[in-house]
Amino acid sequence: MTRRDDCRVGSVSLESAWPAEMLVSGADPPMEAGFLKRPFGGRAPEYEEECVVSEERSGANILVESLVRQGVEFVFGYPGGAVLPIYDALFGDERLRHILVRHEAGAAHAAEGYARSTGKPGVVLVTSGPGATNAVTGIADAFLDSIPLVVITGQVPTALIGSDAFQEADTVGISRHCTKHNYLVKDPADLAATIDEAFQIATTGRPGPVLIDIPKDVQIATAPWTDAPAQRRNRYSPPTLGGADEIAQAIDMIASAKAPVLYTGGGIINSGLRATQLLRELQEKTGAPVTSTLMGLGAFPADHADWLGMLGMHGTYEANLAMNQADLIVCLGARFDDRVTGRLDAFAPNSKKIHVDIDRSSINKTVQVDLPIVGDCASVIEQILEGWGSRKPQDLSAWKARIDGWREKKSLSFPLSKEAIMPQLAIQRLFELTRDKDPVISTEVGQHQMWAAQHFHFFGPNKWLTSGGLGTMGYGLPAAIGAQCGNPDSLVIDIAGDASIQMNIQEMGTATQYRLPVKVFILNNEWMGMVRQWQELTYESRYSNSYSDSLPDFVKLAEAYGWKGIRIENESQLDAGIKAMIEHDGPVIVDCLVAKESNCFPMIPSGASHTEMILYGDTVAGTMDDEAKALV
Amino acid sequence: MMHIKHEAEERHVLTVTVDNEAGILAKIAGLFTARGYNIDSLTVADITENHSVSRITIVTHGPPSQIDQIHAQLERLVPVHKVVDLTEVGPYVQRELALVKVAGVGEKRVEALRIADVFRAKPVDTTTGSFIFELTGAPDKIDTFVTLMRELGLVEVGRTGIVAMIRGAEEA
Repeated sequence: MTRRDDCRVGSVSLESAWPAEMLVSGADPPMEAGFLKRPFGGRAPEYEEECVVSEERSGANILVESLVRQGVEFVFGYPGGAVLPIYDALFGDERLRHILVRHEAGAAHAAEGYARSTGKPGVVLVTSGPGATNAVTGIADAFLDSIPLVVITGQVPTALIGSDAFQEADTVGISRHCTKHNYLVKDPADLAATIDEAFQIATTGRPGPVLIDIPKDVQIATAPWTDAPAQRRNRYSPPTLGGADEIAQAIDMIASAKAPVLYTGGGIINSGLRATQLLRELQEKTGAPVTSTLMGLGAFPADHADWLGMLGMHGTYEANLAMNQADLIVCLGARFDDRVTGRLDAFAPNSKKIHVDIDRSSINKTVQVDLPIVGDCASVIEQILEGWGSRKPQDLSAWKARIDGWREKKSLSFPLSKEAIMPQLAIQRLFELTRDKDPVISTEVGQHQMWAAQHFHFFGPNKWLTSGGLGTMGYGLPAAIGAQCGNPDSLVIDIAGDASIQMNIQEMGTATQYRLPVKVFILNNEWMGMVRQWQELTYESRYSNSYSDSLPDFVKLAEAYGWKGIRIENESQLDAGIKAMIEHDGPVIVDCLVAKESNCFPMIPSGASHTEMILYGDTVAGTMDDEAKALV
Repeated sequence: MMHIKHEAEERHVLTVTVDNEAGILAKIAGLFTARGYNIDSLTVADITENHSVSRITIVTHGPPSQIDQIHAQLERLVPVHKVVDLTEVGPYVQRELALVKVAGVGEKRVEALRIADVFRAKPVDTTTGSFIFELTGAPDKIDTFVTLMRELGLVEVGRTGIVAMIRGAEEA
C-alpha cells in the first residue's frame, strides 16, 4: 500500500462534492450524500448549544473538534496512511476547509503565507515518515521567521514506534530543534488539552511552529469529549510588559539622543496591528528616522519622510550609514541578524543600544546591548509613550541633514538598458501598477527577493511574505496560495526567479484546483542570480553550476495547468503585460525576461562593515580572503 | 590562510527545573549539541512526590556570552520552569558520587585501603584481590582519589556527575 494510492478515493470525492469556485469565495459547500449518517462527521449548528455532556469520541474526531474550537478555517495538508482516520473525520465536515497541496513542503509554506498575511496561526496536516520529513523545511522556515504554525503529523501505531515500520520516522526527534515545542500524543484523552496548549504556544510570546505527532491508533481509539475547554496546565506565560526601570531609562536615552535610529523587525508585525500604529506614534514623538529588516517591511510606511529603507546586506546606503553613525539604536523586534550587522566588530561602533524583544535569548546573542527590555513590542512602545509625557526630543536637524546627504547617493539607482528590461525596473513598474490595489506580495529567495525588498514599497503590515531567516527557495508560490486563501479578495503576487519558482512549482495544481487567482511574476534571467553574483564577487566569476539550463517554457507550463501565461520580452510590453496579469480573473504566470547579468546592489559583502558598501556594482569582479569566504 | 579562533572559557554549574515529560532530556541535550555548547556532566532525577518535576544539574564551559545564551536558550524551552546559574548566583555546594574498582594484592592493597580511609571512601564490595570504593565529594576530591588509585591497581571508575545547591536558607 503506498501513501499516494490509499488516499486518493477520499480526497477526490471530497473535492468533487465541493464545487471548486465555492471553496474560497465564502460560500459553504453543499453537504454531500451520506454526510448525516456519519457518527461525528459534523454536527448541525443547533446541536452545538451549551451541552457539556461528555461522550466518547475518536482521537481523530477530538482533533477536528479542537481545531474547530480554535477557530481554524483552513487546513493545508496531504493525506497518507497514518492520517487516514483524521481525513475520514474531515470527510464532509464543512467547518474546516482542507486545501490539498501537491507536496508537503507546499503545505507548510502555504500555512506560513496564510499566517503571515492574516495574523492567525496556520494549520498543517501531513502523514508520517515522508509526509513529515517533507514538511520539515517549512517548519524550520517558520521557526526562524517566528511564524505561528500548528503542524499535525500522523505517526505509526504506538505499538510499532521504534520498529522501523512502514513510513516511520522519528518526527518528534527530527523536528525537535526546528519547532518551538513538539508533542507525541499517546492517549486520545490528552489530545484536546495538547491541541489547546499547542495553539497557545504557537501564537503567544515569540510565535513559532508547534508540532503534534499522533499515532494512528490514537486517532482511532476513543476518549471522553466535552464541549467545555480542556483542562490545561498554564505553564507557558511569556512576559509582555517591560520593567518600569528599564522603560524610564529607555525614555531618558531616547530623549537625550542626538542621532537616534529606530531599527525595527518582524517582531513589530508579529505583535499585531497595534504595534505598527504605536511605532508611528513613537516616531512622531521622537522624530527618529526608521529602518527595518527584511522581515519588518510594512511595519512603517515607505512613503514617510523619515523612512530610511531596509538596512543590511542589500539595504540602502542611508539606512546602513545611519546605523553606523547613530549615537542610539533602538532595536524593536529585530535580532541583529548577520545579514543586518555585517562585520560584528565594526557594527554601529559609537552607539548605545536598546533592544526590545519578547525572546530573552535574542538579546546579547550576537551584539551586546546597553539596555535590554524583554517584552512585547506593542506593550513596550506603549509604556514608552505613556512615560514620554510632554518631553521634547533633541534637535535632530543636523542628524537629518547628514542622512539627507547619504540619501543623495541614491543607492538604489541602477543603469537603464536599451537592450533588456532591467529587473529593478520591472519591480518598479509592478509596484506602480498594483499600488492602488494594496497587494500581498510573496517572494522566493535570491536576487529577485532583494530587488523586491528594495523597489516594491509597503505601507502596512502583513502584506510582505518572504523567507528571511532560512532563505528557502520555493517559499513564494505556496505562501501566495496560503495568503490567497486567507485574503480571497486581495491581489496576491509571488515575485519569483526562474530557479526558485521551480522548487515548488507543483503547487500550481493547488491554485488551479481551488480557483485561487494567484499571480506569479518571474524575473527570468536564466541564472541562479544570487549564486552567480557571489561567484562573481568571491570566486573570480567561476560560475560553478549556477546557470539555469533547460528552463521550461513557463507560458506553456501555465497553460498546461489551466493558468494564463504571459511573456514579457521587452520594455514596451512591460506595462501591458502587468496590466493583463492583474486583469485576468484567475492564476497567471508572467515570464518576464530581464537583463541576464544584472547584480543586486548596493551590497555589503560578507565580512565587511556598513561603511564598506559596494554601490551601483562599479567593482564587481574579484576574490576575497579566506576569512570572508568562510562567512555565510 | 585561516585558523579557527578560540575564546577564553569559564566553567558554570546550572540547575534546571523541568516538567518530567517524555523527550525533555533529549530536548536539553540536543539543544547543547545543536547550538555547539559543551556538556561536562549532566544529572537528572525527579524531585517531587508525584514525579511531575525533575531537576537537572548541568556542568558546562564556554565563553561568558555563551553561558548567558545557554541560560536564555534553556529558559526558552516550554517544559523548563526555572534555570539557575549557581556559579553566577553565589556560593554553592556540589557533590558527586563515584564507584572506584581497585585490584591488587599485598602492600598495594593495604595502601589502597589506607588512602580510602583518608578520603572517607567506603568499600562496598570486596574480594581477596579487589575493592570497590564508594566515594562522595566535590569533583576535585574524586579526581585526586582516582589519581592515587591509578598507581595501586585502578580497574574502572564510575561517576554520577555533580548535583549542586546554593548555600544558605533560601531557595535559589
